[in-house]
Amino acid sequence: MPWLSTLMAVPAVGAVAVAAVPKRNETLAKQLTFAVSLVVLALAAVMAAQFNPGGDRLQFTETYSWIPSFGIHFALGVDGVALVLILLSALLVPIVVLASWNEAAGTPEAPAKRSVKTYFALILVLEAMMIGVFAATDVFLFYVFFEAMLIPMYFMIGSYGGAQRSYAAVKFLLYSLLGGLLMLVAVIGLYVIAGKNTFLHTELIGAITDPGVQRWLFLGFFIAFAIKAPLVPFHTWLPDSAAQAPAGAAVLLVGVLDKVGTYGMLRFCLELFPDASRFFTPLVITLAVIGIIYGAIVAIGQTDIKRLIAYTSISHFGFIAMGVFAMTTTAGAGATLYMVNHGFATGALFLVAGFLIQRRGSQYISDYGGVQKVTPVLAGSFLFACLAGTAVPGLATFVSEFTVLIGTFQNRTYLVAAVIATFGVVLSAIYMLWLYQRVAGGPPSEGVKSLGELNGREKWVMAPLIAVILALGVYPKPLFDVINPSVTQTLSIAGVTQDPEPTLNVAVQRGAGQ
Amino acid sequence: MQPAEIITETGGVIGASWLMIALPAVGAAILLLFGRLTDRWGHLLGTAMSLASFAVAVLAFVELLGFDEAERRRQVMLYDFLPAGSFHVEMGLLIDPLSISFALLITGVGSLIHIYSIGYMAHDEKRRKFFAYLNLFVAAMLVLVLADNYLGLYIGWEGVGLASYLLIGFWQHKPSAATAAKKAFVVNRVGDFGLALGIFTIFTTFGTVAYKDVLANAGAAEQVTLTVIGLLLLLGACGKSAQLPLQSWLLDAMEGPTPVSALIHAATMVTAGVYLITRSGAIYEGAPTAQLVVTIVGAATLIAGAIIGCAKDDIKKALAGSTMSQIGYMVLAAGLGPIGYAFAIAHLIAHGFFKAAMFLGAGSVMHAMNDEVDMRRYGGLRTVMPITFATFGLGYLAIIGIPPLSGWFTKDSIIEAAMHVSPVLGWVAVIGAGITGFYMSRVMFMTFFGEKRWASDAHPHESPKVMTWPLILLSVGSVLGGGLLIAGGTFAEFLRPAVGAPEEPLAFHPVSVPGIVTIVLVLAGAAYAWTKYAKSPVPEVAPRGSFLTTFARRDLYGDALNESLFMRPGQWLTRLAVFFDNRGVDGIVNGLAAAIGGTSGRLRRIQTGFVRSYALSVFLGAAAVVGALLAVGSF
Repeated sequence: MPWLSTLMAVPAVGAVAVAAVPKRNETLAKQLTFAVSLVVLALAAVMAAQFNPGGDRLQFTETYSWIPSFGIHFALGVDGVALVLILLSALLVPIVVLASWNEAAGTPEAPAKRSVKTYFALILVLEAMMIGVFAATDVFLFYVFFEAMLIPMYFMIGSYGGAQRSYAAVKFLLYSLLGGLLMLVAVIGLYVIAGKNTFLHTELIGAITDPGVQRWLFLGFFIAFAIKAPLVPFHTWLPDSAAQAPAGAAVLLVGVLDKVGTYGMLRFCLELFPDASRFFTPLVITLAVIGIIYGAIVAIGQTDIKRLIAYTSISHFGFIAMGVFAMTTTAGAGATLYMVNHGFATGALFLVAGFLIQRRGSQYISDYGGVQKVTPVLAGSFLFACLAGTAVPGLATFVSEFTVLIGTFQNRTYLVAAVIATFGVVLSAIYMLWLYQRVAGGPPSEGVKSLGELNGREKWVMAPLIAVILALGVYPKPLFDVINPSVTQTLSIAGVTQDPEPTLNVAVQRGAGQ
Repeated sequence: MQPAEIITETGGVIGASWLMIALPAVGAAILLLFGRLTDRWGHLLGTAMSLASFAVAVLAFVELLGFDEAERRRQVMLYDFLPAGSFHVEMGLLIDPLSISFALLITGVGSLIHIYSIGYMAHDEKRRKFFAYLNLFVAAMLVLVLADNYLGLYIGWEGVGLASYLLIGFWQHKPSAATAAKKAFVVNRVGDFGLALGIFTIFTTFGTVAYKDVLANAGAAEQVTLTVIGLLLLLGACGKSAQLPLQSWLLDAMEGPTPVSALIHAATMVTAGVYLITRSGAIYEGAPTAQLVVTIVGAATLIAGAIIGCAKDDIKKALAGSTMSQIGYMVLAAGLGPIGYAFAIAHLIAHGFFKAAMFLGAGSVMHAMNDEVDMRRYGGLRTVMPITFATFGLGYLAIIGIPPLSGWFTKDSIIEAAMHVSPVLGWVAVIGAGITGFYMSRVMFMTFFGEKRWASDAHPHESPKVMTWPLILLSVGSVLGGGLLIAGGTFAEFLRPAVGAPEEPLAFHPVSVPGIVTIVLVLAGAAYAWTKYAKSPVPEVAPRGSFLTTFARRDLYGDALNESLFMRPGQWLTRLAVFFDNRGVDGIVNGLAAAIGGTSGRLRRIQTGFVRSYALSVFLGAAAVVGALLAVGSF
C-alpha cells in the first residue's frame, strides 16, 4: 500500500470536500475536517506500527518520475526521524481542529476576513503539505513543499489573526521567501554541480566533494532552515506571527512548520554537506547557545502571553540546533525527540493560552491574575503546560532536554557551550513560573472574576496532550528505538562514527576485573 | 571498610519495592484526575496510600535484615528507561541500608503528617488537592532515595522540588505565597544546574550514571575530576538543603501550610543534600578538597542558621533557621567521610522526628491562635494546650541535646567526629550547639511560658486527637530515636554495607570535654533565654535592636545580596535585551526592508503585491544568482 501518498491524499481530498460544503453549514465543515484528521491519524498510526526500526533506512518508499528532463521525482519515504515528525503532525492536527472550533470566526476587534470553512480547509491543506515535506526524498520536491506550506499559513495568519495580522503575515512571508530563495539557489546549484541529472536525495549524498562548494551550498540551505526554525538573529518574525496567529495556527506554525527547519539541518545540511557541516559547527553551536540564553532572557521580559511563548520556543530551537550539530548520537537522538516533545508542549501552552485569551479578550499578562481561584481546571492545565515548558522530570520535555545537554557535553569540544546552555534550565524556570504566577496567582483581578471553566470540548483538547507528554516522559523508549538507528546513520554519513569514549571506560574495566 | 557489592534482586518484597513509589503516585494521580469527585474521601485515600507505602517499606526492611551483611545492597531492575544514542539508562531501585533508612523516615513521618493534616486542613476547601500534592511529594522523594542511578536521583530531586513548589504556593491567592513558591523553585534550579553538570561529568568520566558502576570505579578516576564532580554535586546539595549560599528560599518557604513545613522543609526533602553527599561517598573520598568545602559549607551554615533563628519572631521562621542549622550539622558530618556518615544520617533521622514534632506543634499553636505566627502574641500557652506543650517540649529538649534524648546522642557524635578530624570544625559545632540552646529556648519560652500576650479575639484550645496523636508519636521518636541509633553503634553497623566504615569506628563517649562544654553552653543559653523571655515581660512589638539583631532579622542580608547581585542586574539585562530585540534586531530588519523598498509607503505596496508575483520573483532571482555563479565559473 502506498502509505505516504495516501497519508497526503486523504487530507488533500478532505480539504476539497470541506471547501465544497455550503458556507452556512459551518458545523458540517468542522465535523468533516475533524473526521478527516482522525482518519489521517489512524492511518499514520497503522503505518508507524509497520515501521521496522532495524530494517531499511528508508521505508514505505514510493518513486514516480515527475519532470524527467530535470530528473525530478515525486519520491517519498521515511526514516525514523521523519516518521516521528509525521506522527507529531498527525496527532496535533485533530487536536488543533477541536481547539479551533470557535476560533475561526475571529474576535470582535478583528473579525475573520474569510469564511469559517476555509480556515478548516486550510488546516487540511497544511496537513497534506506537512506530511509531504517530511516524506519527500527528492530535494526539489522537498523544496516545493517547503515553500508551498507558506501559503496556507499566510492565509491563516493574514485572514484569521489578531489586529495586526497583515503586518505579521507579510513579515512571515517575506522572511520565509528570503530563506526559500537562498535555498532554491542552493538546490539548483546542487543539481548543476553534482551533475547527476537527479534530485533524489539518496543519490546526491556524497556527490559534492569540493569543500568550497559544499560551504556555499550549506549556507544556502542552512540560512533557509535557520529562518524557518528561527535561530537568533533570524528570529524576529516569529513573535509577531505567533502573537497574531489564531492559537491553533500558532500551534501548527511553531509546533510543526518550524520543525522543518531543524529537520532540514539534520537531513540535508549534515548528509549532503558533511565537510561544510563540520566546518560551520562552531558557528552554529555559538548561534544556538546565544539563542538559548537570549531567547529565554527576552521571554522573561515579555508582556504579551503569546509573544512570551514564541520567545521560549526560540530558546528551545537553540537547544534543538545545538543537539543536531553537537555530533554525538546522544545529542542527535535527543534533538530529534526534542522536536517531537516541543511540538506537544508548546502546543499545549499555545492552546491553553488561547482558551484564556478567548475568555478574557486580552493577550496582556497584566490583564490577568488569580485565575487559579476562579477556574482551577483551566489554571491546572496552564500550570501543566508551563511545567512542560520548563522541562520538569516526569514530563517528555525533560527527557529530550537532558539528553541534548548531556550529549553536547559528551563532545568535549563544546563543553563550554553545554555548560552555558544548561544554565537555560534556570532561566526557563523563571519565564514559565513567573508567567504562571502573574496569570494565576494572587487574588482574582476584576476582569478575571467572571471567566468560565474549561468546557467539555476544551478538556478533550488538553487531555491527549497531557497524556502524551506524561507517557513520553515516563517511557520514551519506543520513540528512541525508532530514532536511534536513523540518527546514527545520519551522523555516520556526516563522518561521525562513534561518540567520544568516557575517560574511564567502566565497561572495559569491569570486563578486565572479571 | 569498603561498602558491600551491589547484587541483583528478583523476588520477595524487595523485588516489589517499586510499590512504595507506585502507591502514593497512584494516589496523587487519582486525586488530581478525578478532581472534585474525590473531595469527600480524598484525604483518606491519600493517607491510606502513604500508610501502605510505609507498610511496604517496613516489610522490605525486615526482609533486608534477613540477609547477611554482605548481601544487603540489592538492586531491583525495573525497565529500560532512556536509550538515547550512547547514553543509556536502565531504571532500577537500590534497596540498601542507606536507602531503606530514608524510605522508612519518609513514609513513616510522612504518614503521621498525612494524618495530622486531616485535622489541620479540615476547613480548607482544597484539602483534597493538598493530599494529592503530599502523595506526589512522597512518591518523588522515594524516587530520589531509591533510584539506583544518578538520573533517577535527579528525577526525584526535581520532582520533590515541584511538589515543594506546589505546596509552598498552595495558597496561590496570597501573592506572598505565589512569590515564595517561585523563588524556591528558581533557587533550587540554580542548585540543579550544578547537579546536572555533575551528572554530565560523571557520565563523560565513567560512561554510565548507575551507582553500581560509578561508585565501584570512583577510585580509578583522577582526583581533579572527582573534585569537580564533588563540587558540582555540592552545589546541588546546597540548593535542596538550603545551605549557604543557596539558603535564601527556605525561610520564605514557610508560606506553605504548616504540615508542609514539617514534612518537606524540615524532616525529609531538605535533607536530600545529605543523602546525595553520603551516597556519593566514594567520589568525595577521592576528592579531599571537595570534602573540605563540604565541611566548611556545613559549618558556616550551622552558625548562620542559628544566628537567624535567634532573631525571628515568626515561630515558623525561627524553626526554619534551626532547620538550616541542623542540616548544617549533617552536611558537616557527611563531609568528614566514613567517620561521619552514620552520624549524619542518625542526626538526620532524629531531626526528622523532633523537628516534625515541633513544626506540627507550631501548627497546633497556630491552629489555636487564629493562624497567628508572631511569638510576641503568644505566651503562657502551656496550660491551655498541655499535649502540644508536652510534645513540643520533648522535641525542644531533644534538639538542644539534653541527655539522654535523641539530639544529645546524635549531635554530640557529630561534634566528636568533627573534633577528631579538625578541632576548628569541632569547636564551631560546639558553639553552634550553644546558640541552639539559646534560640530554641527563646521559642519555647515565648510560646508556652511568660505572660499571655494574646490578641483580643484569641481563644486557644487543644487540637483534636487526629492532630495530637501524631505529635505524641513523633515526640516518642524524639526521645528514644537517638539512643537507639547511636548507643552501641547499632546504626553505624547497619549502615556499614552501604557507606563503608572507618578503620577505627568512633565509639560514643557519654562524658568528654567537648560534650561537657556543649552542655554547659546549652544550659547557659537556655538560662539567658529564661531571664529574657520568661521572667521579664516580652514587648508585643519587637524592639529595634542592635545592628547584629537587624543583621539576623534580615537573614544575614542574604536576600539583599541576591537582589543587588543577581535580581536587579538580571532585570536590567532583561529590559535591555527586550529593547534591543524590538529596536535593534527587528529595527534593523525593518529598516533594511524599507531602505531596499525605497520608502516605507512603497514597501507596503510591494508587500501587498508580493504574493501574486511570488513565484515569478523567486524564479527570476534564483535564475539570476545561478547564472552569475555559472558565469564566474567557480567559487
